[in-house]
Amino acid sequence: MRGPAGARAVIVYGDYECPFCAALEARLHELELRVTFRHFPVRASHPRAQAAALAAEAAGRQGAFWPFHDALFADQGRLEDPHLWARAEALGLDLVRFDADRRSDAVAARVREDFRGGIRAGVATTPTLFSEGLKHAGRPVPELWDALRQG
Amino acid sequence: MPPIEAGQPAPEFSLGTYEGNRFTREDLLGRITVLVFYPFAFSPVCTEQLAIYQEVLEDFEARGVTLYGVSCDSGWSQQAFREKLGITIEQLSDFEPKGAACRAFGVLHPGGFPERALVMTGPDGVVLWSHQASNPAELPGANLIFDALDAVGV
Repeated sequence: MRGPAGARAVIVYGDYECPFCAALEARLHELELRVTFRHFPVRASHPRAQAAALAAEAAGRQGAFWPFHDALFADQGRLEDPHLWARAEALGLDLVRFDADRRSDAVAARVREDFRGGIRAGVATTPTLFSEGLKHAGRPVPELWDALRQG
Repeated sequence: MPPIEAGQPAPEFSLGTYEGNRFTREDLLGRITVLVFYPFAFSPVCTEQLAIYQEVLEDFEARGVTLYGVSCDSGWSQQAFREKLGITIEQLSDFEPKGAACRAFGVLHPGGFPERALVMTGPDGVVLWSHQASNPAELPGANLIFDALDAVGV
């Protein structure tokens, strides 16, 4: 979770290989929101989504979840392993630990838990955003920004 | 045409498997089955729907539930679709006579393709639950199936 305390709370289910998720992410930065990101990687649609989600969680183990998250969305064309290592290195992470963590059962369980939570919440596509009674699924539309701005 | 409702026995029907066999009412017996009717192989929404169900397939299996995808596409198209998505959910083809099984389940769209519908049958071949999306572009989340399983006590 990030964003100013007291700001409108938003939960986003998304994956790092999903272009609409990146579009949503970019616009969320422009609004004062308290954002929680949950992983919803659909491997059949986005083959690198799972690896990217695991990498973000592994970076999180070293306190760098959000910087890694931003770095993934900033360049969705580069999600192969060497690109993930390069991001970890640029953020000054311990690479050996990063690699061990992203392959660990604990990190996999974390991502899986997010996915199952999304299923229970009725997520059927990415991105899906929930905020104080509002639910928006799929490509972000201008009406969504209006609704979020109203607070 | 409304989909078949809970409490009604599944109709007689015949669908084709990729291996060239027929899948009929008899094949529903003795287990819980969910027929996932979808409009077209390779259409974007269907792609995500089956891909997401695939992600939680082990959860369905753990509850003794078998899923099948059903469309009016040929078995070859369905197989190519499966391979493209990398999914294991078996596909059943309502190709000839086209849409006959969909019609029997009450899920044939006037356009000649299946509505986006889900039909769950019990071990006795009786419908336990059914759902039809309000329009084919709307995605029924896997939660609908899990909720239905909870409701019928599986």
